[in-house]
Amino acid sequence: MTAYPLKRLVIAFATLVLASMVVFAVLEILPGDPARLMLGMNASADQVELLRTQMGLNAPLVLRYLHWAGGLLSLDFGRSYTYSVPVIDLVRERLAVSLPLALIALALSTIIAIPVGLYSASRRGRAGDTVAMGAAQLGVAVPNFWFALMLIYVFAVWLRLVPAGGFPGWGAGAWPALKSLLLPAVALALPQAAILARVTRSALIEVLNEDYIRTARAKGLPYRAVLWRHALRNAMIPVLTILGLQFAFLLAGTIIIENVFYLPGLGRLVFQAITQRDLIVVESVVMLLVAAVIAVNLLVDLSYAVVDPRLRTRS
Amino acid sequence: MRLWKTILAAAVLALAAGTSAFAARTDLVIGIPLEPPHLDPTAGAAAAIKEVLYANVFEGLTRIGPNGEVLPDLAESWTISDDGKVYTFKLHTGVKFHDGADFSADDVKFSLDRARADNSVNAQKGLFAAIDKVDVIDPATVKVTLKNPQGSFLYNMGWGDAVMVSPKSADTNKENPVGTGPFKFQNWAKGSSITLVKSDHYWGAPAFLDKVEFRIVPDAAANVPALLSGDIQAFPFFDPDSLAQVKDDPRFKVVIGSTEGETILSINNKKPPFDKLQVRQAISYALDRKAIIDGASAGLGLPIGSHMSPANKDYVDLTGLYPHNVDKAKELLKEAGLENGFKATLKLPPPGYARLGGEIIASELRDVGINLEIIPVEWAQWLDQVFTKKDYDLTIVSHTEPNDIDIYSRKDYYFNYDNPTFDKVIADLNLTSDEAKRKELLGEAQKILADDAVVGFLYELPKVGVWDAKLQGLWENAPIQANDLTKVKWSE
Repeated sequence: MTAYPLKRLVIAFATLVLASMVVFAVLEILPGDPARLMLGMNASADQVELLRTQMGLNAPLVLRYLHWAGGLLSLDFGRSYTYSVPVIDLVRERLAVSLPLALIALALSTIIAIPVGLYSASRRGRAGDTVAMGAAQLGVAVPNFWFALMLIYVFAVWLRLVPAGGFPGWGAGAWPALKSLLLPAVALALPQAAILARVTRSALIEVLNEDYIRTARAKGLPYRAVLWRHALRNAMIPVLTILGLQFAFLLAGTIIIENVFYLPGLGRLVFQAITQRDLIVVESVVMLLVAAVIAVNLLVDLSYAVVDPRLRTRS
Repeated sequence: MRLWKTILAAAVLALAAGTSAFAARTDLVIGIPLEPPHLDPTAGAAAAIKEVLYANVFEGLTRIGPNGEVLPDLAESWTISDDGKVYTFKLHTGVKFHDGADFSADDVKFSLDRARADNSVNAQKGLFAAIDKVDVIDPATVKVTLKNPQGSFLYNMGWGDAVMVSPKSADTNKENPVGTGPFKFQNWAKGSSITLVKSDHYWGAPAFLDKVEFRIVPDAAANVPALLSGDIQAFPFFDPDSLAQVKDDPRFKVVIGSTEGETILSINNKKPPFDKLQVRQAISYALDRKAIIDGASAGLGLPIGSHMSPANKDYVDLTGLYPHNVDKAKELLKEAGLENGFKATLKLPPPGYARLGGEIIASELRDVGINLEIIPVEWAQWLDQVFTKKDYDLTIVSHTEPNDIDIYSRKDYYFNYDNPTFDKVIADLNLTSDEAKRKELLGEAQKILADDAVVGFLYELPKVGVWDAKLQGLWENAPIQANDLTKVKWSE
C-alpha cells in the first residue's frame, strides 16, 4: 500500500535533479549576453563587463549551478536580472493569472468533453456520433489563436460583453478579473475538449467490447448503469492521463493565447525572459513547471490506484 | 407622490449622466508593444523605458521637442563661454521631486557625476564623455566644464539617459521611479500595465490628463480589436500591416510620421569580398528601395541614401547615387573578379522590417549573382554574434538612436569600417557648435558614407500612430524615444 507512492516519490525527485542539470546546461550554451542586451548597442565592452560582474555572471559555471540549485532546495529562486526582483514574486504574480485560467479552461473542457464522449460512444456509428466527432475534429483543426480572435470580434468588439484583452488584476474585483479570463478560457478549452472527447469516446468503446460489460448486461443491468458504473470508470485511465498532460500545457504552454489577449501569464514571462536572456527567471520557472508536471503526474499515477484497485494490490 | 419622487430621481440621474458625458475625459490607455525591463531611464538601453517615462515622469536640463529641437527644461536658461567649454545653467526654482525632495543644483551634479562614474551602467555613457567637471555655484546655478568644446552638448543633455534623478531615490528608480515631471508613477502590474497619475506639485504647466495607463500588447494582431472595443485609445507605434482595418474608420486618426531609425543592410567591411568597394557598390545598385519599402514596411517609410533621417534639418538627399541597376551591379562584380557571383550569409533579427526585407533583398541580390543564405536570429544572438563578435557577412537592422552618424567612426564597431577621412570629419564636428559649419560637416560625412557604400542604405523607419480621433497632442514624429503626454488632451 505504501511502497507504490514511495517509489513514485523517489523517481520524482531524481527527475527533478536531472532536469535542473539539463535546464542549466542548455541555457548556458544559448548564445547571447544579458548584460549586452540591457545596455544596448552604444555601451562599451568595459561597461558590459562591469555589468556582468555586478550580475554575478562572471563566476565559474559549477559554482553558479550549485548556488542556484542550492537556492532551489531552500525555495530561494534567485533574483531576476532584468526586473531585479525575486523570481518567486514574479511567478506568484503570473500564477494569479495562469492558475485560474488553467483551472477554468480545464473545468470547461472536462464539462464539455466527458458528456460528448459518453454520448458518442453510446451511439457509435449513428448520426449523433458522426456529428459530435466531426465537431471535435474541427475543434482540433482550428488554430486556437484564430478562434480567439473570432471570439474577441464577436464578444468584445461587437457585443461589448467582455474586454478585448488585458487583465485588471484581482485587486480590481473578482468579477472584472474573471470576465477578462472568460474568452481566453473558452479559446483554450475548446481544442482541449475536442481532444478529450475523442479520447473518452475511444476508451469507452474499447471497454464496452469487454466481456464483463456483456456479463453485466446479461445479468440484467440497465444500459445506463453499465455505462456509468462499469464502462466509464474503467475508461478513466487514458482520460486522466490526457487531463494531466493538458493541465501542464495549460499552465505555461498558452503563450499564443496570452499574447492574443495580452494576459500577464506564466507563458509570457518565460518567453520574455528567454528573449531578454533573463536566464535565472527561465531556469527557475522551468524548474517550477517541471516540478508541477511531475506533481500532476504523481497525482495522476496515484489516482490510477484509486480507480483501479489492482494497482494498489500489485505493488 | 411616490411616483413623482421616482420620476424626479430618474430625471436628476439622467441629467447627471448627460452632463458628465459632455465634460472632457481625463484618462487615457495607451498600447505599447514591449514591456520595459525596469523603470530607470539612466540604466538601460531599452526604448520602452523612455517611451513610458521620458518627459512624463523624468525631466532633464534640456529636452527634445516634437520635431527634434532642443528646448529648455529644468534649466530655464544657460550661457556658453566663448571657448565653448563652459556651460552655466540657470535652473528653475521651486521644483520638487515626486517624493517631496527639493530639486537643486546638487541634484544636477549628482545626476551627471553618477552617469559618467567608472561604475556607471548608463547605456549612453558616451553622452557624458566630454564632461570634465560639474560645479554647484548656488542652489539654482550649475556650471559644467567640458574637456573640449562639444557641438551637441545641449542636445545630449536632452536624451532620456541624461534625466535628473535624486540621490535619495536613484537606487530604487528601477522599481519606483521618482522624477520631477508632470506625471508621477503610480503602479506597475508586471506583464500587464504601468500607470502614471498627474503630479499635484508640478513646477510648470500641469498636464491635462489625470491618469495614463500604458498597457502592454505584445501581439500586433490584438491592436485592432483593442482599438475597436475602446479598451485602448492610442497606439503610438502601430503595426503597419494592420492599417487597412482602421484607416477609413472616422473614429480613428492615422498618423504617419518619421523616426530616427535608419534601416540599413549592414555589411562587414573587413570580410572578403566585401572589403572591395566594387562589391559594396554592386550591392547598392542591386537594391530596389521601393520594392523593399513596399514589402517590408507596407509602402511607408522614406528611402535614404546615407545615414541620416530625411526629417533632419541637415539631411542631404543621396538616394540618386546608386539607382536600382542590375546590369551596373553585374558589371561591378565582374570588375571585382566575381563574374560568377558568390555566396554569403544574411543574419536577420526578429523585427518585421528585417525578416520581410531580408527575403526581398536576398532575391534582389540573387538577380546579380550573390546567393544569400538567410539565418534568422534572436536579438540576444544578434547582439552576441553580429554586434559583439562581428561574425557575419550581411545583416539588416534599424539604427534608432538620433543623430548617430558618428557610429561609423567608432573603433571596433560592427561595420568594421575604417576611414581616417571620415573620422576626421566627425572629430571636427564634435568640436564645432556653429550651426552653418556643422551642417557643412554633416553633409560631408553623409557624402563619404554614400560614396564608400559602407552599408546598403534602405529607408527611414516610419512611425505609424493610430489613436482616437478626439485625442489631441500626441507626437506625430519620433525624433527621440518618447511618448510625451504633457500636452495630450481629449477634445470636448
